[in-house]
Amino acid sequence: MSRYLSIFGTFARACLVRDMTFRANFVLECVTSLGWMAMNLAFYLLVFQFTPEIGAGTGWSKAPFFAFVATGMIINAIVQTLFMPSAEELTELVRTGGLDAVLVRPLDAQFLLSMHRVDFSSLANGLVGLGLLGWSLARLDQPPPPVAWAIYPVLILCGVAILYSLIIMLAAATILMGRNQSLYDFWFYITNFSRYPAEIYAGPWGGPLRAACTFVIPILLVVNVPARVIAQPLTGQSWWPVAGTIGAALASLVISRLVFQSALAKYRSASS
Amino acid sequence: MSQAGATGEAGSGLTAAWQPLAGLRIWLTMLTICIEERLVYRGDFILGTLMRFLPIVTQIFLWTAVFAATSRPDIAGYSRNDIVAYYLLTMVTRAFSSMPGLSSGIARSIRDGSVKKYLVQPVDYVSFLLAARVAHKLVYYLIAIFPFGLVFFLCRSYFPPLPDAATILAFLASLLMSFLLGFFMEAALGMLGFWFLEVSSLMFAYMLVQYLLSGHMFPLDMLAGIPTGIAGVSLAEVVRWLPFHYTAYFPAAVWLGKIHGPERTAALFAEAAWVIVMIVVCRLAWWRGTRRWSAFGG
Repeated sequence: MSRYLSIFGTFARACLVRDMTFRANFVLECVTSLGWMAMNLAFYLLVFQFTPEIGAGTGWSKAPFFAFVATGMIINAIVQTLFMPSAEELTELVRTGGLDAVLVRPLDAQFLLSMHRVDFSSLANGLVGLGLLGWSLARLDQPPPPVAWAIYPVLILCGVAILYSLIIMLAAATILMGRNQSLYDFWFYITNFSRYPAEIYAGPWGGPLRAACTFVIPILLVVNVPARVIAQPLTGQSWWPVAGTIGAALASLVISRLVFQSALAKYRSASS
Repeated sequence: MSQAGATGEAGSGLTAAWQPLAGLRIWLTMLTICIEERLVYRGDFILGTLMRFLPIVTQIFLWTAVFAATSRPDIAGYSRNDIVAYYLLTMVTRAFSSMPGLSSGIARSIRDGSVKKYLVQPVDYVSFLLAARVAHKLVYYLIAIFPFGLVFFLCRSYFPPLPDAATILAFLASLLMSFLLGFFMEAALGMLGFWFLEVSSLMFAYMLVQYLLSGHMFPLDMLAGIPTGIAGVSLAEVVRWLPFHYTAYFPAAVWLGKIHGPERTAALFAEAAWVIVMIVVCRLAWWRGTRRWSAFGG
């Protein structure tokens, strides 16, 4: 484990050195990333010009909703910083046969393929997310209890683990199919469902969709559960989703690992 | 190792362009090649088309929840059904105006030098890209008509009754011009690569502006109440002076009857004017860019 931590530290250091070599580009990347986020926040502010809350009686009024948005930003910033830059390269590695060079190295292939690049500019969004979280929590009718503060970081890690597992499953599909740019689009589209409170998925179409995104691909647990714990009053019923999220995160990690190993076993090199 | 230098000269491409039949034959050949290329990854293409509907689904649920929590019968003149119809119609509009990979592809070809083949072959680069994009769109519509048809049939209750013939014609004209506007704006953006080595951040900034100001995120009429600091001028009016809204908002608003009569006619002429401006900008960028560009290699 310490060997892998040390290697990851080397990767991170190399990425930081490269980012700092092109400092202007790094700053520009941070700014554009923040611009995207600012645009989304402006959209939510616009929505609250026309409504007091998202969904009647859901409790997602302005302050709790922005705590929800901040939670999503923090989780996504961690995923974008640690895993996405490496995952984005995998399609080309498979298509060109570059994956062979990864497989012959004396390291775990999943570790090497998912964590060899670190995008520090994505951390900017996470820092703004922390600021937005502080702003939102200061405006709640009731401040979060100490137990909510204790569980919140654990649930954030669970959210990251579920998203990481989804990336690994898509990486496995890439290895099996050879080319699947659409499946990476699929990652963005499916995580889109986690951007809003689960309560909006109601009615004859929304109910089954909510169930599928909770129990089949547990994407609705990623942001909803930690955000609900920190932004809404904790009740006895809150503990089931908490336990479910921790269980879903562990199960996702195990299943994605097995699927990835199985995909690697079926890999046929594309190189000559 | 020998080194050969090539300086931009687009003159050879003009020979074919001035012979109408030969030019048309080349263009049709390019179109056929691009269609065949597009059909190689059919499964990937179909999956990608279906996936594009997923963000709309969340928007529909979001606005349904917003209307459920408010007592207002409409928001900026849009009922809940209008908003759903609007998002679906912007999907159609974006299917015409979005040009994924166009500007980045042009910038890459300038950076890695592959653009040089268009300078020595009797093929005009912009025409080739246009043919490739038409081919991409034709194949896309061929496949997308089924999921689009299915979704629009399922959501038919959200739409107002079929508009009159003049509105339909205006809608079709705005769609065709949105394709040309989208193409030439992105192509011009990609040609910034002649002046800057790395343009990815500029492209991302453009994408942000385009996404916000095109009306892809929400109907731009919602900005009507937001002041700009200029007396009597709202943010919605400022956005309508720019070309971006023709690539998503305008055709959808035309179909839904939000823009009609002389205002619609004037907007169509303004859109045509923007298309001409962007064609000129793109041609000028190519002309100036190829004269300052040079490549070296064996």
